[in-house]
Amino acid sequence: MTTQISRRNFLKSVSALSGAALVVGFDTGNALASTGNAAEFTPFVRITTDGRVTALIKHFECGQGTATGLATLIAEELNLPLDQVEIEFAPADAARYRNLLFGSIQGTGGSTAMANSYMQYRQAGAAAREMLVAAAAEAWGVPANSVALADGQLTADGNTAQIGDFVASASAQDVPATPRLKDPSEFSVIGNPDTRRRDNVPKTNGSAIYAMDLHLENQIVAVILRSPRFGGTLASFDDNAAVDVPGFIRATALPTGAGVLVYGMNTWAALQARDAIVAEWDFSQAENRGSDQIKADLLAAVNADAEFDAKGSAAETAELLNGAAQIIERDFFFPYLATATMEPLTCTIAPTETGVMLYDGCQSPTGAQMALAAVLQIPQENIEITTLYAGGTFGRRSTQTADYQVEAALAFALNGGQQPVKLVWSREDDIRGGYYRPAVAHKVRVGLDEGGRIVGWDHRVTGKPIFKGGPFDAFVVKNGVDSSSVEGVHDTPYDIPGQYVGLTDHRSPITVNWWRSVGHTHTAYVMETMMDMAAAAVGRDPVEYRMEYLNGGTADQVRMAGVLRLAAEKSDWNGPVVEGRSRGVAVHKSFGTFVAEVFEISGDAEDGVVIERVTCAVDCGVPVNPDVIAAQMESGIGYGIGHVMRNEITFTDGEVDQFNFPDYESLRISDIRAIETHIVNSTEPPTGVGEPSTPPSGPALANAIAVTGPRVTQLPMAANGVRFF
Amino acid sequence: MPTSLNINGQTHMVDVPDGTPLLWVIRDELKLTGTKFGCGVAACGACTVHVDGEPVRSCQTYVEDVEGTEITTIEGVASEVASAVKQAWNELNVVQCGYCQSGQIMSAIGLLSENRTPTVDEIENYMWSNVCRCATYQRIRTAVQRASEILEA
Repeated sequence: MTTQISRRNFLKSVSALSGAALVVGFDTGNALASTGNAAEFTPFVRITTDGRVTALIKHFECGQGTATGLATLIAEELNLPLDQVEIEFAPADAARYRNLLFGSIQGTGGSTAMANSYMQYRQAGAAAREMLVAAAAEAWGVPANSVALADGQLTADGNTAQIGDFVASASAQDVPATPRLKDPSEFSVIGNPDTRRRDNVPKTNGSAIYAMDLHLENQIVAVILRSPRFGGTLASFDDNAAVDVPGFIRATALPTGAGVLVYGMNTWAALQARDAIVAEWDFSQAENRGSDQIKADLLAAVNADAEFDAKGSAAETAELLNGAAQIIERDFFFPYLATATMEPLTCTIAPTETGVMLYDGCQSPTGAQMALAAVLQIPQENIEITTLYAGGTFGRRSTQTADYQVEAALAFALNGGQQPVKLVWSREDDIRGGYYRPAVAHKVRVGLDEGGRIVGWDHRVTGKPIFKGGPFDAFVVKNGVDSSSVEGVHDTPYDIPGQYVGLTDHRSPITVNWWRSVGHTHTAYVMETMMDMAAAAVGRDPVEYRMEYLNGGTADQVRMAGVLRLAAEKSDWNGPVVEGRSRGVAVHKSFGTFVAEVFEISGDAEDGVVIERVTCAVDCGVPVNPDVIAAQMESGIGYGIGHVMRNEITFTDGEVDQFNFPDYESLRISDIRAIETHIVNSTEPPTGVGEPSTPPSGPALANAIAVTGPRVTQLPMAANGVRFF
Repeated sequence: MPTSLNINGQTHMVDVPDGTPLLWVIRDELKLTGTKFGCGVAACGACTVHVDGEPVRSCQTYVEDVEGTEITTIEGVASEVASAVKQAWNELNVVQCGYCQSGQIMSAIGLLSENRTPTVDEIENYMWSNVCRCATYQRIRTAVQRASEILEA
C-alpha cells in the first residue's frame, strides 16, 4: 500500500513532564531532526519507564470508535495486545496533530479519522518498536534482528527485559526514517474481530468524563435565551422574576443581539432563571415563513431553470429525453433535521496564565481556537483545549462559526474573564437551535429507451448551501455549485448517459450544517429511488438492473458492484420471500466507502411496516476493527432510518414547532429487529465508516415499501402515508 | 432546611430548594456525573437511577420525595446482576458515544433484577423508553440476553 504520507520523517522527544518516556511521532515537514522546536514534532505514542504505552489520539471520540482504532494501529506495530495500550486525547496543536486530509487543520469529520491516520500511527508504532529493539541489541551485544519484541517484553539469546527498562536508551537511538511496517499477513490486532473497545469500561461504570460533566472550582453556568425565530434580534428583556430564583446570578444581553445570557450558580438555577425571563424580539430580518411555504418554495425552485449547472447541459439532456420511449419523473422533499446528540451541547472556558483553556468534546480544535482568538482577542496559541469524550456529534459539534464555543467565550468574557464559565444547552435549545440538515427538494426526469436503458437523466436540486460563504467556500464551491448539495448525484459511480445536474440555492436565515453524511442524506435517497423506479418501469430485477450501470470497469464501479453482490447474496435476494414480506435494496458510495443494504420488511404502508432484517455489505478498505465497523454500520442505519421514518423540523410563522424528544421522536429498540453486517476483506487503504451506512438506509426501506405500496418521495415517511409499528 | 439523601450507601446533607430535580443534586451538588442529563422531561432515560431498587428518571424525581429512600447511581450499583450486565456490555462492545449507557445499564439491571430470563418482547418493552442516538439497540438487546445467560449459568 502506498500513501501520500509514507516518506515523512520520524522525530522523537523525551517527555520532561513525568519522568523518562519515549515519545515517537513523525514530522510533517522535511527532515528537521531534533531542533528543539516543539511545533515540528508530532508525538503519537508514549512509553514510560513503567512500561505503560499510551496512544495520543489526535481525533475526538464521539462514539465512532476512533480512539480504539488509533490505539489498534499502535498496538499492532508494537506487538502488544490492544488492552495494553492506553488512550489519551491529544491537545490542540495543528502543527503536530493536523488531519492530513484537512490541510493545516486539526479536526474530525467526513469520516476521515482512520483514512488519514492509518500510516501515520502505524509508522509511529513501528519506529518505537525499532528503537526499543536497537537499544536492547546494543545493551546485550546481539544483532538487532535477533531481538524479539512481544507483549511488552524484549528477548534475545537468553536475555529478557520489559520495554520500560529500555525507554531511556531507546530515546537515545536514531529515529528510523522508514521503519519496517508489518506485512498485513503478520497482523494480529488489525482485522481482529474479537477486540474490545478501549472506552468500554469508563462508559459502563460512570467514570467517563464528558464536557457536560466538568466541574471546576469556582465555576458558574451560563445558558442563553435565544430568538425563537432564526435571524431575530433581541429588542428588550425583563428579568424581574428571575431574581427570585435561588442561585440566579444575573442576566445580560449578548452584544451580538442573539439573545439574553443568563448566569446561575449551577445548571438548574440557570435554567430556572431563564424560564423566568421575558424577552421581546425584532423579527424584521428573521425567517418568518411556515413549513408549508418553505416546502412550496423549494419545490417551485426545482421545477424551474436551475441557477447553476453542476454537470452536463440542460438543453442536451432535454433533447435526449425528447427521444426517450418513456419518461419517469418525481419530485422529492426532505425536511430540516436536527442532530439531537445524546449529550446536549456544552463546553467550559477557564482562565489560564496566558489565555484560556477550553474544555470541550472538541470536534474541530483549530476552528475553535481561531474563533476564540477572535472573540477574546488573545493569540491563538494561548488558547488551549482539553478534549473530553463527546456524547455524539453527527456533525453538530463542528460548525463553521464555532457557534457554541463562541457563545461560551462571550459568556466567559462578559463575566469578567476571571472565572470558569460552563455554557449549557438544554434539549429544547438543541432541537430548536438550528445547524440543521437543510431542507432540500429534488426533481428528476429519467428517460428510458425501448429496451429499458437509461438515455438521459435530468436532475435538479435546491437547498440552502452548507459551505457557500463560509471559510471553506474556496475548496468546496466551484462555479457557484456547493458540491455538498449535489454530492452523490453529479459524481455517482453509475454510468449514467446524458446526465444533467442543476442546482438552485435556497436562501433563509435558518442555520444549516453537515448532518451525518451531509448531502448524501438526500442524494442517495433520490438516486436509489429513481434507479428502482427505472427498473420497475421496465420489469427488471433491481439488483440486476443496477449492475448494468456498474460494469464500466472503473475501480469505483467494481467496488460498488462488489458490495451490491455481497448484500444480495447474504440476504438471499434471489431466494423466495416469506409471505407478507418485501425486500428493497440500495447501494451508495460516500466518503470513499461503499455500502449496500437490503431491507426486509413485513406488513405494508397502510397497515403498518416492521423492519425485520437489514443486510449490510461494506467495503471500507482494510477493515482495521471489524467489530467497530459493524457497530458503525448498525449506528448509521439506525440513525438514518429513524429520521427517514419519523423526524422533521417544521415551522409555524418562523418558529420551530418541536421542543424535545416527545415531538422529535428517536428511533427505539423495537424499530429494527436485526441488522447483519458483512465486510469486504479489502486491501485498499482504509476509508471511513462513521457516515456511509446512513445514505442507503432510507431508499432501501422506501424500495421495500414500494413493492406493495407507494413510492415515498416526501419525508418523513410517517407524515406521508406510511404507518410503522 | 437541608435534605438528607442516602446515595450509594452514604448519607449526604444537601441544601437545595424543594422542587429541585434529583438529577441536578446528583450531578451538580454531589458531582456524581455518571448519571446524565439528556432531555429534562423523562423522555430519554439517560438520567436513570435506582430508588429502592427501582429504576426512576431522576430528572423528574424531586429531591423532597426521595428523602428516606435508598438511591443508587451507576457509580454505586453493585450486585450479581450489575456485574453480569457490565460484563455483557463489555463483551458485546455495546457502547458508542456512551452518554446514554449509564441509563441503559440501570434500566437493564432493573429488568434482570425482576426477571432473570426476559424474552425479546419483554426486553424491548422494558427498554423502549431508553433512547440511544447512536442506535446501539441491537447490541443492548443482545447484551441483556447475554447477561441473562451469565446469571443463569
